[in-house]
Formats: sequence, C-alpha cells, structure tokens
Amino acid sequence: MHWQIEFLLFAILIVAALIALNLRNLLAAVVTLTIFSFMVALLMISMGAVDVGFTEAVVGAGIVGIYFVAAIFKTTRKSED
Amino acid sequence: MTGQTHSPIIEVAGRGLAPIIQLIGIYVFFHGHYGPGGGFQGGVLLAAGVLLLRMTVGAENSQAHVAAKRTLTNCAIGAVIFVGTGIVAILGGGYFLDYAHLPVQWLEPAYMRYYGILFVELGITLGVMTGLITIYDDILEVDYA
Repeated sequence: MHWQIEFLLFAILIVAALIALNLRNLLAAVVTLTIFSFMVALLMISMGAVDVGFTEAVVGAGIVGIYFVAAIFKTTRKSED
Repeated sequence: MTGQTHSPIIEVAGRGLAPIIQLIGIYVFFHGHYGPGGGFQGGVLLAAGVLLLRMTVGAENSQAHVAAKRTLTNCAIGAVIFVGTGIVAILGGGYFLDYAHLPVQWLEPAYMRYYGILFVELGITLGVMTGLITIYDDILEVDYA
C-alpha cells in the first residue's frame, strides 16, 4: 500500500475523532464517529487484516450507530456539559 | 423511532434494502470457510436488516418478521448449540470443540470437521443476530410479549 493513502486515512481518522469530541449536536457526533469507524476498517484492510476490518466495518459503522441513535432518541439531542 | 415513518421514500428504501442486507449476511455466513467472514459477521448483518425494518416500518409492523418475544429464547438456543457441540466433543473423547470426536459414525473425520464448524457457526449466527435485536428492543422498550 502506498504511504500517501495510509497518511490520508490517518489524517481523516484524527480529524473525525477531534470533530466528534467537540460537537455539541450528539446526532452529528454519532455520524462523525461512524466515519471514524469506517476509516479504522479501511486501515485494518490496508494492513492485511481483512477479517478484523470486515468486523469493524459491520459492527462499528452499522450496529453501534443504530444503538447510539436509539440512546439519543431516549435522552436529549444536545450535549449539556 | 418506534412508530412507522411518515416519509414514503424512507419506507420504500428500508423495505427494499433489508432483504438484500440479509442475503449478504447469509452469504457471509456460508462463505466463512473459504474467505473473510463467518458466524459473527453474518449474524450482525442479519440483525442489521431486521433493525432497519424496525426503524423504518415501525416496531409493531416488523413483529411479523422477527417477533420481539422470541429473540431472547433464540439467543439462548444459539449459545446452547455452540457450547453443546464442544461438550459433546469432550464426551466423545476429544478436547473442547474437537470436531473429529463428535459421535457421528458414518462420516470421515475431515467431513466431520467441515460440518462441525458449520454447525457451530450456525449457533453463533443465531445467537448474535437475536442478541443484537434484543438489545435494540430493550433500549427502545419494545415489548409485545
């Protein structure tokens, strides 16, 4: 794998993590966390661990997002701290 | 989020996408021998299809697909299939999950390993799929028992 592609993936990963930490809107933070999870999956696949990347993509980008949205639906949409 | 959506676009998209996601889940489950994938990933994909239906057509209308009152029982059945296969292998004289010692007389050990791991992955798929649906139903307090 070319190092430029991995560098781009790492850059998007760190930027997505920082945005998800600083957002006040929790629904947008969940979407950003999904981007983080998908970038982790792409990095795993680029390192040769296809099975781990597949699990990360399916669980992190699919199921965990649904659970977070359901939890936000039960509480409030805005962060209060 | 528990009720039916008011947008016809979201409803049609959810009803069209859910069977395709579940078909991919079944493919991943059966293709786990030869490539990436297996019981856990297949079970999560099967659960994702059901959760998409739960969110789009509503929790009440998707009860005919997978009923909320049966999910926890099926999760326990999947766990019993997984652990029971291992314990039967111990009783047959081998180690835990040693498929060659399963008490199936008419199969060669190679085929016994082949079908044994398929049986174990069936239990994992059933347990993971119904377990994830149970977690979603408990978060949103869907109770139609």
